[in-house]
Amino acid sequence: MKILLITEQREGKWNKVSFEALAAAQQIATQANGSVTGVVLGQGVAALSDELAAYELAEVMLVENAMLEKYTPDGYSIALKHVVEQAKPELVIFPHTYQVRDFAPKLAASMNRGMIGDCVGYRSEGGKLIFVRQMFQGRTAADVVFQGDAPWIASFQAGAFRADTAVKRQSGKAPVKPVSVELKAEQIRTKPLELFREAKQAVDLTQAPILVSIGRGIKAPENIPLAEKLAKALGAELSASRPICDEGWLPMERQIGSSGQTVSPKLYLALGISGAIQHVVGMKGSRCIAAINKDQNAPIFEIADYGVVGDLFEIVPALTEEIEKSKPA
Amino acid sequence: MKIAVCVKQVPAKDAPLAIDASGGWIRETDISFETNEPDSFALEEALRLKEKHGGEVVAISMGPERAKQTIKEALAKGAERGIHVVDDKFYVLDPLASARSLAAAIEKEKFDLILTGLQSEDHGFGQTGVLLAELLGLPHATIIMSIEAQGDHLRVKRELEAGWFQWVELPLPAVLTIQSGINKPRYATLKGIMAAKKKEIANMPRESLGVQSSPTQKVERIYVPQKTKKTEFITGSPKEIAAKLVEKLQHEARVL
Repeated sequence: MKILLITEQREGKWNKVSFEALAAAQQIATQANGSVTGVVLGQGVAALSDELAAYELAEVMLVENAMLEKYTPDGYSIALKHVVEQAKPELVIFPHTYQVRDFAPKLAASMNRGMIGDCVGYRSEGGKLIFVRQMFQGRTAADVVFQGDAPWIASFQAGAFRADTAVKRQSGKAPVKPVSVELKAEQIRTKPLELFREAKQAVDLTQAPILVSIGRGIKAPENIPLAEKLAKALGAELSASRPICDEGWLPMERQIGSSGQTVSPKLYLALGISGAIQHVVGMKGSRCIAAINKDQNAPIFEIADYGVVGDLFEIVPALTEEIEKSKPA
Repeated sequence: MKIAVCVKQVPAKDAPLAIDASGGWIRETDISFETNEPDSFALEEALRLKEKHGGEVVAISMGPERAKQTIKEALAKGAERGIHVVDDKFYVLDPLASARSLAAAIEKEKFDLILTGLQSEDHGFGQTGVLLAELLGLPHATIIMSIEAQGDHLRVKRELEAGWFQWVELPLPAVLTIQSGINKPRYATLKGIMAAKKKEIANMPRESLGVQSSPTQKVERIYVPQKTKKTEFITGSPKEIAAKLVEKLQHEARVL
């Protein structure tokens, strides 16, 4: 099976999820007796293709064009359609990034193909590849298979594979093949303007050893002091899932998840957080996860070390008291 | 501005989910449904654009008969009309077939702007908006946090990862997918609910749209995911739970 792995870079810097997708592509290739060809897209990114060539790949395709310097969904779709037609892979693998969400379904549809997006894993059963993704906000998993003709297009979620399991070559480098694509200015309908960050982040949650994190279960802003007291007792920072920040109950800079910060504290205490995947990708690397939630089927319990099914409004004050008590006088 | 907004009806967030006999979908009896939350942000954005620039908002939903409730809610909040693409088995469709069906309904009229939520809370494919753009031959931008209409084009703020944003310009007509949190969706007023009763919902059976789409993928089965970690559940009174949890965190996990 020939697999095309599409990497992602912005302004000459890798999106590191690319290497997680590379690990996935290599593992599928090993099982399916296939090979992986890496693709680097952009302008002035030869150094990245050279870096990628150090990995176990059949080849690296370097696709450079002035009109690919800045990402546009039109430019990327047209260029990659050309690359796929030239390389004729059976499977095209992407990292499931915001950028990939923005154009990969369009690329697939332009080739009259479908995409299985946001996969968390795969299985190979008797030569058939089964992709595993989540449905119902992580409350169920789904086995999904491609139908119809190749090429098939899939993306893997951040954290589904470990980047450090991507295999490097024993020696030498994979050949880098420059690929030219034809792009006309009028084919690109959107105009990308400046990249920017909103208010600089005053709190760096990534450095906090303990996080007390709140979700919808906190119900109202008046209840936040409950979590604050616990955080104070633990010497922890307060963080939250997206809905809490959307409501303005806590500032955006305290948001954990795909659109916020990614953290791996030694203890992550999740209060009333259901564990939707957008949140989990930001905290599943925590050394120890304890979760309190009234719903015993909440997906957060799939990744928690310690779980409490119950009313956080009763348990959190008791917990705060217990922590205070356990402190040396 | 004539705006189409795609709204989906999904199981309520706290609905207990049970897998149906086919293994490919959930048992729909005895659970309640609600408007997909990301779509309510798209609807609110459509209503605000209309209120600022004039025009019309049309709420489009695909699903079984129950999906009409989601359209009615959109009408009660201020959408002018509804379109219901009726299909009892909408859930077996792959993202491409769903988008082709919606595109066929949308193509019957000429919209300046088509909005969708970021993704649905049931399938969670997150592809419909981008696919609609490709199928309708329109430019698009996704994960939008702000929209400024400037004559024949839009200036929109895209959310990127890790706190980054980007402004993007694109010509109308266009498709946008809206990020949750862009606005505070309104509630329907009693007056709005009364007014909605007189508003039109066009019924379009999906098969009447003449969409041919061979499936590109198939959900073979859905299931409760296997745990990657063994969770130790702690039980007792709140006081007992607190004591046990602190003990575990201190002496077993050694993180306190």
